[in-house]
Amino acid sequence: MADYFWLIPLFPAAGFALVGLLGLYSNWALRHKLNKRFVHWVAVGVIAVSFFLSCGAVIDLYAARHQESLEKVLFVWIPAGNLPAAGGLARVQAEWGYLLDPLSAVMILVVTGVGLLIHIYSTGYMWEDDGYYRFFAYMNLFMFMMLTLVLANNYLFMFMGWEGVGLCSYLLIGYYFDRKSAGDAGKKAFVVNRVGDAGFLVGLMLLFVTFGSFQYRDVFSAVAGFAPETAALGVLSLICIGLFIGATGKSAQIPLYTWLPDAMEGPTPVSALIHAATMVTAGVYMVVRSSPLFGRAPKVMFVVAVVGAVTALFAATIALVQRDIKRILAYSTVSQLGYMFAAAGLGAFVAAIFHLMTHAFFKALLFLGAGSVYHSTHELDVMKMGGLKKHMPTTYWTMLVATLAISGAPLLSGFFSKDEILWQAWNVHKGIWLVAWVAAGLTAFYMFRLLFLTFHGKERFDTHHPPHESPKKMTVPLVILAILAVIGGYVGLPAMIGHLIGVPNHFEHFLQPAVQAPEGVEHAIGESAFQEWIVTVLSILMAAAGFSVAYLFYLKRQELADRAAKAAQWAHTLLYRKYYVDELYDALFVNRAKDLGNGFWAFDRKVVDGLGVDGSGRLTLWSATLSGLFDLRVVDGIVNLVGRTTDAGSRAMRRLQTGLVQRYALVMIVGVFAFLSLYLWLFRAAP
Amino acid sequence: MEFFMKNILNIVCYLPLVGMFVLLFLRKENAIRWTANIFGWAGFLASLPLIFAYNNPRYLDTATGMRYLFRTDWIPSIGVQYYFGIDGISLLLILLTTLLGAIAIMSSWTAITTRVKEYYAFLLLMQTAMLGVFMALDFFLFYIFWEVMLVPMYFLIGIWGTERKLYSAIKFFLYTLAGSVLMLLGILALYFHHYSQTGTYTFEILQYHSISLPMELQQWIFLAFFIGFAIKVPMFPFHTWLPDAHTDAPTAGSVILAGVLLKMGTYGFVRLSLPIMPEATKFYLPYLMWLCLIGIIYGALVAMMQKDWKRLVAYSSVSHLGFAMLGVFAATPVAMQGGVLQMVNHGISTGALFLIVGIVYERRHTRMIAQYSGLSHVMPLYAAVFMIMTLSSIGMPALNGFIGEFMILQGTFAVDELRVYAIVAVSGIVLGAAYMLWLYQRTMFGKVEQPENERLADLNWREVFTFVPLIILAFWIGLYPATFLRYLDEPVNKVVERVRGPEFFRQAEKGVLARTPSNPAMAVPSR
Repeated sequence: MADYFWLIPLFPAAGFALVGLLGLYSNWALRHKLNKRFVHWVAVGVIAVSFFLSCGAVIDLYAARHQESLEKVLFVWIPAGNLPAAGGLARVQAEWGYLLDPLSAVMILVVTGVGLLIHIYSTGYMWEDDGYYRFFAYMNLFMFMMLTLVLANNYLFMFMGWEGVGLCSYLLIGYYFDRKSAGDAGKKAFVVNRVGDAGFLVGLMLLFVTFGSFQYRDVFSAVAGFAPETAALGVLSLICIGLFIGATGKSAQIPLYTWLPDAMEGPTPVSALIHAATMVTAGVYMVVRSSPLFGRAPKVMFVVAVVGAVTALFAATIALVQRDIKRILAYSTVSQLGYMFAAAGLGAFVAAIFHLMTHAFFKALLFLGAGSVYHSTHELDVMKMGGLKKHMPTTYWTMLVATLAISGAPLLSGFFSKDEILWQAWNVHKGIWLVAWVAAGLTAFYMFRLLFLTFHGKERFDTHHPPHESPKKMTVPLVILAILAVIGGYVGLPAMIGHLIGVPNHFEHFLQPAVQAPEGVEHAIGESAFQEWIVTVLSILMAAAGFSVAYLFYLKRQELADRAAKAAQWAHTLLYRKYYVDELYDALFVNRAKDLGNGFWAFDRKVVDGLGVDGSGRLTLWSATLSGLFDLRVVDGIVNLVGRTTDAGSRAMRRLQTGLVQRYALVMIVGVFAFLSLYLWLFRAAP
Repeated sequence: MEFFMKNILNIVCYLPLVGMFVLLFLRKENAIRWTANIFGWAGFLASLPLIFAYNNPRYLDTATGMRYLFRTDWIPSIGVQYYFGIDGISLLLILLTTLLGAIAIMSSWTAITTRVKEYYAFLLLMQTAMLGVFMALDFFLFYIFWEVMLVPMYFLIGIWGTERKLYSAIKFFLYTLAGSVLMLLGILALYFHHYSQTGTYTFEILQYHSISLPMELQQWIFLAFFIGFAIKVPMFPFHTWLPDAHTDAPTAGSVILAGVLLKMGTYGFVRLSLPIMPEATKFYLPYLMWLCLIGIIYGALVAMMQKDWKRLVAYSSVSHLGFAMLGVFAATPVAMQGGVLQMVNHGISTGALFLIVGIVYERRHTRMIAQYSGLSHVMPLYAAVFMIMTLSSIGMPALNGFIGEFMILQGTFAVDELRVYAIVAVSGIVLGAAYMLWLYQRTMFGKVEQPENERLADLNWREVFTFVPLIILAFWIGLYPATFLRYLDEPVNKVVERVRGPEFFRQAEKGVLARTPSNPAMAVPSR
């Protein structure tokens, strides 16, 4: 089956085309909505096919250990000309090519597996919705783009998937486009992501100029000749910085995380699939995929780790006090993604992917559970829930499993993956470990706060409409995800336990060929089983502490929570208002860009047009008037003067031409007399 | 057939003119509409063989690399020839012109109800003039077509336009005329210089591609040409005629203006300025690049704050053309290919965006963004088309805009001294997304708040057909640009060689992929 792995992304693409075009056509020409059953049979069907193909391909790949990757080039996508690069000329070229290796194998399993469950769930959740075909068309398009992102065999093609998932995220966040907030959130997500993508693009261009290719194969084999840039920031570091800026956008890290909480405007299955399990992890995937590059840029790696750890803590603090169930989960996602970046930054690429996978299970489950709650109560504010446990048992029990998993309860999936990250941090950088460790405690606290407020305690919802358990279509995916959240961690048992019971870390072995840990990191791991136990115990204690405080505050003695909030009112407000970062960005960037736009427009009207174009027009008019006046007064004036002089002269002369003989005679006589007198006067002294 | 192929450029160029004369003899309005449409689409079909026979050696002039030559003396005493010929660059622009021309004619069916005959006559005349510009290989001929184009557009805006149509029409006419007069001066300077050097008078453009002019003369002539073309493109600060003309022109006029007319300026740079004055180009390069960057960012920011839907699209052209010119001036093979491709892309996406505004304008007679909201409730198909074209305009991968933008940026970035410009230009993709998505949100999302909009009709069949070719092309270029890029390799490399010198291509091919044998996708299919 592995030979047909390139069909995996193409099935969802076909589903998108079919559902989208038929849906539009039937809306437009036939004036009725496309049959909903048809829609979901097609949309879910293509994902199911992709999932089974993925399973088959990955099994084949796993069985054939000697063959570490498969490549399939469908055609050359962008064939441009030559450019100076890599010290000579290189052809700018990107293939429409797919690559299946252990890393993409894990990703496609997560994407199609979780994707399939969420598609099935959506048939229940979205059943009443009018835009059914639109929803599933977008979801299929998303699956195509996401699979393209993880299966691409070169950076440029990956960028297509990268932008494509962003587009689907935009479309699905704005799915309920009636609400202005939904439209705003979608636009914000897209634009913030574009800021990251600008960085990504610069990184990509520099990558080409350095290596003369976008292909992973070429880049990673050429990069072997580069020494690690330990001293100064070299070209590899610059490339990695660019790529990482892209990752902070897509994976919602500081400073570009602000779009993700707003993205909760979308339907809940979307939040589960795109904004928890898959798309937001694309940044982590990309960093791990580029491990040969990042591994040689230790300074950037450290930045990645710090950004990750700080984001993990920062987002967790915001999650402590939020009231909207989906926003709590959104900040939790930001925080968990921070863990993944911390791991990647510390060189524990496998741990990052491991946590990515387990997180996909339990976070998708949490969102779907929240969706189930919303489906029955139409309420998102945890303060208006409470006591749902007995009304929605399946939802409750599965959510409980997920909460335990994310909090790091021993032997559940989150425990193994988070522990590996903390252990790695302990080994490499104690400061990062401390930050991540504290964040783990906060995670346990806010998650159990959510669970207690929603399912335990007093019933604070509107009792006229008693909540009910969701239909099977929704609960079955919940149960399956819950099972995965429990057992998902056992594919990658940590070394200490593995040694104890003689099971190797299959996950690490499987992924090993696809990632390159930076030098020195491998040796650091697993040197001291004793220390590893200490770290594990510490994290269990931290999680227990978080749980206990939540238990005390929200189950046992609720007044304590209020009192704590009152005591530190300013801190509570600061956290509740999310550190005012949105306001800060608006003031710094959004409004300034608008001002600039208005200013430039005024410049266009007043200066360029007013002074320049219309000004020269007016100048022309004015000079024309002036020359008109000149013509009238001066040129014509002279002409007229001549005329008038002639006229006046003629008038005077006319007097002579009266036709009266007597007057002529008189003039003649006077003339003769005058001349005679003159003559006499002139010559009087002559004799 | 033989006759047709021998004269194909003349036929493609003058078919619309014939149509214009036929129209003059018709009286019934619908007959006029049908005839105009038939001539429009016939013009497009007639231009298709240009692609099919592109590689037929019979139509290739090996000395110049031009194809389908048609050459005869016109005014021999002063060296004027009637000389048509095209290469890959003009090929793409000609196809864009014939297609957009047909679409513009088709889109006017119900929009124009007064002076129908004159309207279509002017549109067809326009078509001939624009095609002539892209085909002419003689300065004299080029200049004639360049100027003839002004007249029909002046009337199209002035008679069938809206609001301040007279102001806009006159502004457009005088502004462009002022530029072209300077260009004429430049042409004459070249002409007399050539005479003083060789003793022969010639207006043949290709002759000037191989002469070397003294630097000072180059600089002056470059400036003269620059103003002429920069007004047409338009580049900052010569851009203010564009928002006025585009906004006040009738829909078809805006489509032609944005889609084709602006490309005459960019084409002028590629065909005339760069190859004739390569040293001057290099001399002015930093200034030119900054003007492009200002255009990109300034255009985008101003577009963002527009309240008028059409004016927003018009300002977005300033930004997009900034990208195209950045690619052209960067003068690396990839950047320039991207620049030329972006000219075509802009024609497709902005042409479509103007059609989109035109459709609601025709129904509601207002272009104010605030007058629309929630249109995707009442016009779902329209909203879908608008979304595709928005994405094409903001450079979404898998659609056409991305290919052009990326090639321009990568091509510019690869030259060390131009790297900083490429990095600044990247900000354009953020702003582009911001203004287009905001427009989309304000008009398409939300609830329908204006009672007049509640019963707006979705696209009808005719309107769907105007968009189909553009949507197909947007995806085609986005998914398989090789079809189009293969025509650009050779002519673009010629210009690059002229500007950057032959050494550029003599660098060792050290890149990883360059070692692999020639790329099959780039091989031009032979017949």
